[in-house]
Parts: sequence; C-alpha cells; structure tokens
Amino acid sequence: MSTIPNSIFTPATAARFDKLATIYPVKRSALVPMLLYAQDDLGYVSDAAISEIAKRLDLLELDVRNVLSYYSMLRTAPVGKYNVQVCTNISCMLRGGFELLDHCKKTLHIGHKETTADGMFSLEEVECIGACCWAPAVQVNYDFHEDLTPAKMDAVLADYREGRGKDVK
Amino acid sequence: MPTLVSHPDEVKVVSRRFGMGATDIDKYIELDGYKAVQKAIENGPEWIVNEMKASGLRGRGGAGFPTGMKWSFVPKVSEKPKYVLVNGDESEPGTCKDHVLFLHDPHSVIEGTMIAGLAIGSKVGFIYLRGEYRYLLKIVEKAVADAYAKGYLGKNIFGKEGVDFDIITQTGAGAYEVGEESALMESLEGKRGVPRIKPPFPAVVGLYGGPTVINNAETIANAPHILLMGGEAYAKLGSERNGGTRLFGISGHVERPGVYELPMGYSMRDAIYKVAGGIKDGKKLKAVVPGGSSCPVLKADEIDVGLDFDQMAKAGTMLGSGGIVVLDESVSIVEFALRTIRFYQHESCGWCIPCREGTDWIKKTLTRFHAGGGNKKDIDNIQYLAENMMGRTFCPLGDAAAMPTLGFVKKFRSEFEEYLEGKRVEHPLIQITPIGEPALAGAH
Repeated sequence: MSTIPNSIFTPATAARFDKLATIYPVKRSALVPMLLYAQDDLGYVSDAAISEIAKRLDLLELDVRNVLSYYSMLRTAPVGKYNVQVCTNISCMLRGGFELLDHCKKTLHIGHKETTADGMFSLEEVECIGACCWAPAVQVNYDFHEDLTPAKMDAVLADYREGRGKDVK
Repeated sequence: MPTLVSHPDEVKVVSRRFGMGATDIDKYIELDGYKAVQKAIENGPEWIVNEMKASGLRGRGGAGFPTGMKWSFVPKVSEKPKYVLVNGDESEPGTCKDHVLFLHDPHSVIEGTMIAGLAIGSKVGFIYLRGEYRYLLKIVEKAVADAYAKGYLGKNIFGKEGVDFDIITQTGAGAYEVGEESALMESLEGKRGVPRIKPPFPAVVGLYGGPTVINNAETIANAPHILLMGGEAYAKLGSERNGGTRLFGISGHVERPGVYELPMGYSMRDAIYKVAGGIKDGKKLKAVVPGGSSCPVLKADEIDVGLDFDQMAKAGTMLGSGGIVVLDESVSIVEFALRTIRFYQHESCGWCIPCREGTDWIKKTLTRFHAGGGNKKDIDNIQYLAENMMGRTFCPLGDAAAMPTLGFVKKFRSEFEEYLEGKRVEHPLIQITPIGEPALAGAH
C-alpha cells in the first residue's frame, strides 16, 4: 500500500518509491532515480509525475523541474515504444557511428529526436554510452547492441518491430 | 554483450575473475572473495591505509591521485557521518572499463567499498552508476542483496560485534559532468550536477556535509586484491610511483579493440600493435587520443611512451581514464576536433562562464570551418579561446574541452590550413545537427 493515496504509478513502482524515500540520509537523494523510474513507467516524466514526486519528497514542483531539465536521459514528452539511441562520439564515429545514424534515419524515415508515425520507434543521436570498445554501439531503451553494421542494425530493428527485442528495465 | 578479450601480455589483477561467473556470490567467495575485507577487519584502519599507500595505487578515474593518501586525509573524528562514494558514472568518451568491471565482478567493487569504509571509519557506502548502465545497476543491486543475505553487509558484518556497513546503489540520468566528484555529490543529493568550489575537499566536507572518500570504481575494486597480495607486491607490478596494473580500453581503428589489463608503464606502442593487434585493415597510424577524449592527442611518432601517469605527463598528455582511442590515416583531424568539442559543448553544465561560452564559441567556429566557411584567423581564435578556458573553471570540464582542442590545432595546424585550401574530406561525417539543439545557422 503506497504512502501516497491514488498514486499514478504502478503498484510496484509506488512501492519502490515508498522505500526509496526512506533509504537515504536526506530524502531528496531519491529524486534522480525516482524521475528515471517514473519515466520507465509512463514513457516520460509527466506533469502528474512531477507533482507526485514533489509531494513524496517534500519538494516544490519547481525544484523537481529544475533537476529534471538538467539530465539528458529525462524527457517531458512521450517517445516511441523503442527509443533508438545511436552513439556518434569519437570511438563509435571511427567505426561507423555516423553511417549507422544515417542508415537509421533512412530506414525509419525520421530524424534526430523524431518518432515514427506508428509510434514504434524514436531516433536519437547520443553522446558516449560507454561501449567504446564494441563500437559502433546503439542503445534501444536500456538494451545495448554492439559492433553493429547497417545490416545488423536492420536485424535489431526487425527484432523489436516483431516483438522479439529485449526490454531491459 | 561486450566481448571479452585476452592477450598473453596482460597481468590480470582486477580482471582476474572476468568471465568466471563471479557475479554469483558463491563463485566470488570460491575465488578468494570477501577474504580481504575480513583481513581488513582484523588488522584495522591504520594497516589498511598503510598497505594502500605501499601499493602505489593512483586514482583510475583519470586524476591519478594516490589512493592511500586520499584515504588518510579523512579526519579520524567527525561529528557528521563519514561516507564512501564509488564513482561509476563512467562517461569520458573512449572509456568503458568500469562497464566490464560491473558486468563481471560487481562483488569486488562492493568488497572494496567496505574496505574503504573500514579504513576511514564510515558505515555507509554509495555506488553511483551512470543512468545508461541500467542492466549493470541490476547486476550490482543483486550482488548487494546477496551480500546482505550472507551477513556481509548490514549490522555486525561477518559476525563481528559493532562492525556495521551498508551499501546504497544509485543511478544517474545522463550527464557527463556528474563524473566530476563534487558534481556527483550534488547529483546524489538530488540536485543539478554542478560542481562545488574546492576547498573544502570532499575528505573534509563531502556528501551531506560529511567527510567523504570518493573513488573510481576500478580504484575501489583494486583494494581487496592489494590487501590479499600485499601493497608492496602490488606496487612491483607497475612502474616507479605508479603501482600495479590498470584496465585499458583500446578502441577506434585497431584490429582487436577491447578492455585489457596491462601493467602500469607498459609501452603504448605495444598496447596498440601487439595487444590490440595493430591498425585495422593494414592502414597507417595517424594519431592516438591516449586516455579518453579530454587528453591531448599524440602523433604517430609520439607513441613510444610508457603508459603511466608520470611518463604520459612528460610526453605532454595524460593517462586519464585509460581509454586509448586510435585514429588511422583516413581520419580528418578537423572533423575529429569538431566531434570532440561538440561533446564538451553539449555537456558543459553552464555553471562557469569560460567553459559555457568557450566550448560554444569553439564549436561554432569549428562547425563553420568544417562546413567550408573558415579562414586562417579562425585557427588562432580557436587556440586563443581554448587557452583562455584553461584553469578558469570550478571543475576540470573546461580544461577537458580546452586540452584536446589545443592539441589538435597545435599538432595538426598544417592540416587545418590545408583544409582551408580545399583539401577537405570528401564525405563529411558530421552534418550540422548538433545534439540537443536546432541546426546552427551557418557563419556569424
């Protein structure tokens, strides 16, 4: 039973938030993880999520928004079911990261930070994701795909499209 | 799943359990796990710090500060609780060593955190992973839960009355700047990740205002190995004043990219040509970014240098985070410099004006230059801007952007000049779509 009546989150997330608010020496420390887990639940950090998190941590909504706007993984609008994040930073760039990004743009018919009409995929060019030695690398939601080529990328996209993709959360 | 690589020249200390199933706590114990922390409980804080000092271990995050000394700076008596903070916010481009560490040996990070806690008299440790490493966070969370279940964490650990230690895992949400120690503490306190002024240093006033030891994950994971083999034996594995071994991530244009554990002081030429199999597709080497993207570039004829903090400093660059990025002859330095500064411009938190404005102006100038609208004065301007960022910011992000930029324009000035004369890359990789903002409107 959540400490917040009528929580907008799933019971599991609400229970996790109840716990998160108690484990730190200062409650506010739970803010960044809470925002990320809220996004996992809802697809983005909605106004209602901001409001509930502020209440849970005894913060102003303004405080929450101030932190939210700092972190690049957090978003305030929905994206596709699968967010395809192509790294083009130096190690990936040297092994075809930009070609991979171009390929994704062409196959999905969308650009950076856009979503396909069916809501299945979003595309994002991202900074280093920490997979430099297995470049070029892509993250689909939280799932890593390494050592890619355009052909392998097609297979990855097909897997997600046909519901075979992993959804790490 | 990241491929595990191996080479006979490797000396495996921190990576010795990789690929052996050590995420399982029983397997970890079978492979000498959780022995060092029990030894640490028996022998006490002074012994731990002395062994760490003798080991010559220096911070593996990039700064290379002696770990034992860092631990000894924490006041013995403190009114506020003391904390251990593990920096797993690995985000320096070219660096993915902590990625494999969390993947293959999370318990070594946990055990190291406990040892650091015993050394400074702290009862709580935090392990902070970057938000993108969600699957690794889950591995670490499970490992922590397993350690609690065995009674290795919590109250009266290993059945020792009055010895308590708790570990809290934490996730970031995408911010390079948070890898800087004071910004990381801000983030962990639920704020924007902007740096704090120093002094006071974290050892005196850190997390929640308490004395805090903050170490990179690989640094921490070395502690149990050092206590088991002895500080002196560990020191002997490396070079002078650079104890032990470290994880090097070799990426870019090499035949066998991967994370290799090599002794400190190992030859960079051998790391590239022997260990990583040489330049991909038989091409010629052009340059090496030796320790993550913030380190000044080395030209092909400058790689006869030992991989340790002092030898790299002598060579005018840095060992940094151990991420060696190899560039073959086909790479346009103008393009590479633009991609590098674009990253720092995106990641600058905006707290200090020289960094916020400097990275932006260099990016704008280089973007125009790269698109063909440059002139000779731009090259001087880029250098001028970078020089004026150096040492003028709260945290090292400003320097991290300026140093590689200076390296590129100074060492490859002729290439910038040739670029003006029309010797451009035929198919530019970087179209003008900077991350996180609309396309730039060309020249100013």
